[in-house]
Order: sequence, then C-alpha cells, then structure tokens
Amino acid sequence: MVLVLALVAALWLLASVTADHMRARGIRSGFDFLLDPAGFDIGEGWLAFEPSQPYWRAFLAGLVNTIRAAVPALVGCSLLGLLVGVGRLSSNPLVRGACRAWIEVVRNVPLLLQLLAWYLVLTEFLPGADEPGGWAGIAQWSKAGLALGGEGGPLLSPEYLALVIGLAVYTSAYVAEVVRAGVQAVPAGQWEAAAALGLPARVEWREVVLPQAMRLAIPPLANQYINLVKNSSLAVAIGYPDLVSIANTAINQSGRAVECIAVLAAVYLLLSLSTAFGMDRFNRRALRHGG
Amino acid sequence: MTFRSLSRWLLAASFAFGAHAAWAGKTLDGIKSKGQLACGVSSGVAGFSQADGSGRWSGLDVDYCRALAAAILGDANKVRFVPLVSQQRFAAIQSGEVDILARNTTWTLTRDASLGLHFVGILYIDGQGFMVPAKSKVKSARQLKNTTVCVQSGTTTEKNLSEFSRANNLNLRPVVFEKFEAANAAYFSGRCAAYTTDASGLASVRNKEAKTPADHVILPELISKEPLGPAVRRGDDEFFTIARWVLFGLQEAEELGVTQANVEAMQKKARDPQVGRLLGTTEDMGKLLGLDKDWLARAVKATGNYGEIFERNVGPKSPLGLPRGSNNLWTKGGLVYAPPVR
Repeated sequence: MVLVLALVAALWLLASVTADHMRARGIRSGFDFLLDPAGFDIGEGWLAFEPSQPYWRAFLAGLVNTIRAAVPALVGCSLLGLLVGVGRLSSNPLVRGACRAWIEVVRNVPLLLQLLAWYLVLTEFLPGADEPGGWAGIAQWSKAGLALGGEGGPLLSPEYLALVIGLAVYTSAYVAEVVRAGVQAVPAGQWEAAAALGLPARVEWREVVLPQAMRLAIPPLANQYINLVKNSSLAVAIGYPDLVSIANTAINQSGRAVECIAVLAAVYLLLSLSTAFGMDRFNRRALRHGG
Repeated sequence: MTFRSLSRWLLAASFAFGAHAAWAGKTLDGIKSKGQLACGVSSGVAGFSQADGSGRWSGLDVDYCRALAAAILGDANKVRFVPLVSQQRFAAIQSGEVDILARNTTWTLTRDASLGLHFVGILYIDGQGFMVPAKSKVKSARQLKNTTVCVQSGTTTEKNLSEFSRANNLNLRPVVFEKFEAANAAYFSGRCAAYTTDASGLASVRNKEAKTPADHVILPELISKEPLGPAVRRGDDEFFTIARWVLFGLQEAEELGVTQANVEAMQKKARDPQVGRLLGTTEDMGKLLGLDKDWLARAVKATGNYGEIFERNVGPKSPLGLPRGSNNLWTKGGLVYAPPVR
C-alpha cells in the first residue's frame, strides 16, 4: 500500500513538473485534443474510421486492430506450440530433431527481423494486384492481400498476414518449450500407471499427460501471451495500423507526444493486465477441475 | 513497447529532470561555451541531409547549419549533426537536445503555435506529390482510385493524402510505415499503387532507391504547400533572430551577387552600400545580432550564397535535379524574398 502511494506520488510529481516545463516553453499540453478531429485515414481494420472522427476514436480503432492481430496470433501460437512441444519429446529422432531445430531457429532470430522477412516474402512473391492468383470463389491472393470467398469477401492485407504469422511463429517456439517443460514435469508414476492400464499412446497423452502438463504450463504460458500482445507493437515496422502506428501519427499531427505516449502506456498496461486476469481465471478453473 | 517508444518516454522524463540544465543561459551562450552548434537533421534524405561513407554530412539543411555555425562560431565545421526520425524531432528541439531543427520540416500553424517552436523561415518551398510505376500508365493523381498508397508516418503527408482523397472521391488507402526505408521498400516491391511524400523527397527516393529511375513517374499534381524550414525553441528571441537573419543573409547575398568565390574580393573593394552592410565593411550589422561584423561574410565563404547551396545539393545539376522553380529569387520569378539587411 505504501509502495503504491509512493508510486502514485512520484508519477504525479513527474507529471506536474513536466506540465510546468511544457507550459513555460509554450508547448500546449493536456488531453483535450482527444476530442478534436483526427484528420488522417486508417488503411484497414474492423472499426470503421473516418478522418472527421476524433482522436480517441482513432486510438480505439488502433486498439481494435491490435486485438484483431493478437487474437488469431494467440490461437496460432498455442496450436503450433503444442504440436512442436509434443513433437520435441517424440520417440522418432527425425521429428524430435525437426522440432528442436524449429525452436532454436525461431527463438534466436529477432522478432523484428522475422516480421520484415515474412512481409518481404508476402510482398515480393505474391502476384501484382492487377493479376491476382487464387481459386475462384474460395480465395484470391495478390499484393493487395488475401481475399476470402471471392470478390466481396473480407480482405486480409499482407501487413496483417505478416504480423499474425510472424507473431504466431515466433511465440510458438516459446510455447513449445513451456509445453515440453510441463510434460516433463508430469511425475513418472503417471506415465507408468497409464502404461500399466494398457492405454494406447494417443489416449495416454490426451487423457493422462496433457491435462496435467497444461495445468503446470498455464502460468508460464500467460507470460508468453502477454509478451505476444506487447510484441504486436512491432507492427509499425511493416505498415500495419496497430495502436502504436496510430499513436505515432497522432503525435505528429497533434504534437502531444507526452500525452499520446501516456495513452499508449495505459492501454498496453490494461491489455497486459486483462490477459493476465483471463489466464488467472483459466488457471483457477484448471486447478479446481483438472488433475 | 518498441525501443523508440521507450526513448520517447525517456525524452519526456528529461523534460522533468534534465530540463533546468538544458535551459540555463541563452542558446547563443550555450553554443559559444560548447564551441559547437547542435543541429537536428533527418537521418538520410538525399539533397537535404545525408551522411556519406566517411560520416561527412551534406545537403541543403546541413549547409544551412554550417552557415549558421560559421556566422556564430567562425567555423563551419563546428556543428554536431544529430540525426532524428520524424517522431523524435520535436521532442529533441523542445528538450534542448539540439539547438536548431533543420530537418525538412513543414511550417504549419499548429506546429508554430503549439509545439514551443518558432519557424525561422523557408529554406525550401515544396509540395506533396505522388510517384507511380511508369508501366501503370497513370498520368494524373486523380486517376488513382480505390488503391493503396505507401506513406511514411510522422509527417504532414497522411493528413494531406486523406484530404485529397476525400476531395476527389478517390478512396485511397494509406499503408503507413514508421521508417522511410520500409516505405520505400514496400513501394518498390509493388505493394502500393503509388507513393506519396514531398515532391523533393520523391525525386530523392527515385534517384537513390530505384533500380532504373526512369521506371517511375512523378505525377504533375502538388496537393499541398510544404514550406520546409528550420525551427528553434520558443523563448529565446536573440537566437531566433540570428537564425533567421543568417537565412535571409544567404538569400540577400545571392541577390547582390556575393558568392563563395568573390566574397573576399567584394569585402575588400565593393562600392555598393548594400554589399558593404551585408559584409560588414561599411556598417556593422553583426553587432545588432550579438555577433561580429564578418558574420555573414564567413557564412558565405563557408557554404556559398543561397543559390549556390541550392545548386550544389538539389538543383538541376545535382543528382536530384530539381528545378529552381518557386525557390528562385523574387527578382527571377520565384518566391524567395529576404527582407532588407539594413
């Protein structure tokens, strides 16, 4: 409690001294600009945005875009991570080796480079927008993006695809290690008991080992999920209009750098806390019902 | 959060804690005591500010800083160039990290009135344009419909693009990159139907980045006014006045025919009283600025007059090959007009 009060006091001091200095230098400050019209376009997203709408709405569109990329990446990294993590423990040396190579390569190349590489692959090798490739009626792809269900369907831009794939692949390596650690932490007696019952390998994994392993894996998994959400801010490097990208533009249009960064920090804090909260709920449920 | 966001946080924090140190004394005293002018420039826009392999900076913005250093410190090499990305630039001048921002920055009312800055003047008159691949057969920006346009963030560009798109009902979708290099790469890979930035920037990109410059066409429309010029911090009238009169002085020197080659001879024997005032032989204008009488003679000796700086860095004979156009002197049909040095 004392710590929290001290922190609040320190933040308040920092904020008020900063505001004083900014006033002294004729720099406008305050959050009132959030109500002014933003004036710029946002290239894509779920939340329709018009340039005449206010800055706060632009930030909201950015947040929605961040979530729009983070959620499929979370699902993707979990599935891929589970697969690779289990494969890492396979009795087949080829599968084991391949999974290990995957983890080592993906973990040791910086995420920013991976995102740029995915983006490069998509933009270099997809056909031009005027001559798209694809299967009529199902999907169509070009440098303009991936259109599902033919002409009128939703268009996924190369920026979006590169971000989702990049985040999912990068985080999958960490998830795989978490899964492996979880599986290896399941007591040997459980394996032996399953074997003694004569359960086939598939049932042994699905009914005995994985439920216990996942329970152990949830807390470290929560960390990886939070990392993924924060890492999505690298989207700005490949042109995807996420929260950071919108904030960058807002800083330049409005000049309110300190305020925009405060908004960014607050929103990411909120995102991380809610991810942590969600995972905590999940963990409690698993503790009650699992095992 | 990205590294750059972190560095912005630190800059913000420096408002609170480092601020007093940066603001002790006037800017001019600070520059004199350090023996160096800290000049914020862009990190690499050909013709405006660019470092070569050996770390030597060149460009229009760079030469202005050199002229300013020559006028104040007597040595055009006493400049520390601080490369800034567009998102950092205002915080850098506000916090005192640089003395002057000479970083192809557009002078607008919002920036003038709300960022704690004073714009010194106009160093280059620009306008936002579009570039498209030559094979696309697009001849006018108004033919770009329902397409994507690559943009670098942190400029006035995004807003202009949005307004142009709405005014002409074009439904242009921006793909916004944080870095100039990333925006260039995306355009050249064919991701966007067009690329938009200041026309001078387009010429620079086409010249520097395109495999075959002729494969890309800069469309005729200029959709905005982009007066690019240096800016100083508010609250220091003395330095503001020096910075603006060095700019005017360079322009006046061109008007009066004072060049890098003839400035010494002119100083010795010119009879024109206007030249005498400019070069400090008949009247001492430097004293009024807190400098000595040779202030402008030194600047011209170091970098040449405004026209020479223009020709060397961006003019028709430079690699960029931009026409003089609006940036010509008012006496030659352009818009460059310096108030009298008297």
